[in-house]
Amino acid sequence: MAILIDKNTKVLVQGLTGSQASFHTQRAIAYGTTVVSGVVPGKRGQRHLDLPIYNTVECAKRLTGANASIIYVPAPFCKDAIIEASENGIETIVCITEGIPTIDMLDVKAAVDLNGSRLIGPNCPGVITPNQCKMGIMPESIHMPGSVGIISRSGTLTYEAVNQSTLAGFGQSTCVGIGGDPVPGSDFIDILKMFEEDDETKAIVMIGEIGGAKEEAAAEYIKSNITKPVVSYIAGVTAPKGKRMGHAGAIIDGSKGTAQEKYTALERAGVCTVKTITSIADALKEVHP
Amino acid sequence: MNLHEYQTKNLFRKYDIPTTKGKLLTHPSQLDDILRRLGGDRWVIKAQVHAGGRGKAGGVVVAESKQEANEEVRRLLGSKLVTHQTTKEGQPINSIYIEQPCDVEKQIYIAFMVDRTTQRIMIITSSEGGVEIEEVAQKHPEKILRNAINPVVGIMPAQCRQICDDLGLDKTLSAQMIDLMQKMYKMFVKNDLSLIEVNPLVVSKQGRLLCLDGKASVDNSALYRQPKINEIRDETQENARELKAEKLDLNYVSLDGNIACMVNGAGLAMATMDLIKAHGANPANFLDVGGSVNEKRVIEAFEIILSDEKVNGILVNIFGGIVRCDVIASGIIEAAKKMDLNVPIVVRLEGTNAKEGLELIRESSVSVYEEADLDKAAQKIIELTKGTN
Repeated sequence: MAILIDKNTKVLVQGLTGSQASFHTQRAIAYGTTVVSGVVPGKRGQRHLDLPIYNTVECAKRLTGANASIIYVPAPFCKDAIIEASENGIETIVCITEGIPTIDMLDVKAAVDLNGSRLIGPNCPGVITPNQCKMGIMPESIHMPGSVGIISRSGTLTYEAVNQSTLAGFGQSTCVGIGGDPVPGSDFIDILKMFEEDDETKAIVMIGEIGGAKEEAAAEYIKSNITKPVVSYIAGVTAPKGKRMGHAGAIIDGSKGTAQEKYTALERAGVCTVKTITSIADALKEVHP
Repeated sequence: MNLHEYQTKNLFRKYDIPTTKGKLLTHPSQLDDILRRLGGDRWVIKAQVHAGGRGKAGGVVVAESKQEANEEVRRLLGSKLVTHQTTKEGQPINSIYIEQPCDVEKQIYIAFMVDRTTQRIMIITSSEGGVEIEEVAQKHPEKILRNAINPVVGIMPAQCRQICDDLGLDKTLSAQMIDLMQKMYKMFVKNDLSLIEVNPLVVSKQGRLLCLDGKASVDNSALYRQPKINEIRDETQENARELKAEKLDLNYVSLDGNIACMVNGAGLAMATMDLIKAHGANPANFLDVGGSVNEKRVIEAFEIILSDEKVNGILVNIFGGIVRCDVIASGIIEAAKKMDLNVPIVVRLEGTNAKEGLELIRESSVSVYEEADLDKAAQKIIELTKGTN
């Protein structure tokens, strides 16, 4: 078992002919992911990477049976692309694109919730279930099938956690990068819930960062709903107040959203917290059943 | 991106949102003309800087005569204003907004902002306007009202009526307030704002609602479709090195320490800073080269880092996903050829094409330390920079 995606997932790629999409789709196919088609408006009937291209998600889904979509569309067109996938019943939508206007995401979030789709991202590395399916831009070679579920707001920190859990011999059940934007499609609680229900996941690594109150909300949820051990790191202890730290979401407003506040909430919920990103493996060794 | 008060008020006027009459001054010679046009015998002189707390810091004053107005303008213009929200150096005052004073009956607080928890635009109001709202929020949280707007339907009249009732406004004021909130929502959405804050929104002695102050921020991700707002950006209010980095598409934040961190990804950049701090040293900056980095951008990143005199060592920490380590390595090699890299550099490459990247570095004659383990890499750069600052 895995969460979100597995070897039966049929992936379509929105924006397939772009350079990043081409590079990462080739790698995903080489990794064993079942990619069935691409959607690129205006390029119907063409083929790219030996895949058929359609004008619309509706057509791609009907003709190829896709049930998941990964989006590499430029930011100005993402609102349309995500809502199109969701309106057409795509269950899992992963959006890699960064820089989508927040006003657009408010509408997108309302639409995907209404349609019952699961959106991961935007501005994220994607989702991978090792040796089964890769929907994203992560370096696949560091992954290994195993027992740790990973959720993170940061792409590169997901890789750090993956690398350490592989080197420590645990491997990963599924890794989910939820993205660093203020309005993401999914948050920690959505994914924690899935890991709790997944038999293969024995321990969870949750990587947060300064800004917002999603980690505090997750801590509350963990306290009453999660029975599996959780290891957590929060990035940005050294970040100055009021500065935007790259991620649109990573900004400290006054005394709210500091790393310290988040650590306190997590520790109160019984989470095993680490203060440096390099200590994830050691913490896993301590808590993994 | 932040707007000045006068720019926010210009937007208010465009949306027919009531605000006080005012004129912008950028040179003292304009003063007489401005005072004559505004009329009256008292004026409010307001320094235009990107920072809150202007009043307490002497950046907002009432002039009781022309002579006093002249003195205040000359005192403020060209100087720097230090408030509790600025750095020690303060923000340069390059323009001053001059208004007629207003007879205030009652002060209200209103703000529109994107709320991450509900994932909606939130209207925040309080009958306790004119004071530091953070303090009200702490001491009397019940006096802060929050109403989320459903993006599917937009702002609804019934919702506005509820807010007016909760604020205790009478029928005449409620009508004005409902109109104002609907216009503000429209302005928020159409201009891709992330914040509108009016403190205070006043009821004048004549029973009119007026925005006495105005603060607005624009979502940087949406500037591509807001060309008019982009045009009025005031770059004098921003850190020069950070601004240069932004134009090069690099995320850079200047800090107080001495070890520069060149990293891919905002999360890893923060984690690298934290790690340096945890080992007892101090980061000089946060520099995220981003996902679409090429050799040229690596060189530009080195230029920005080296233009900061505090920097006496560089830690390059790349975990390639979308970023390819071989591209970073060629960038480092090119930078070393072009520039005088006279500070120690420790390079940690991991992830996509890391092997190829490390080989490139080894084959070149560039003098950098490579270290695969991040913890050791951080310790190494700290050891190399010890005693040199």
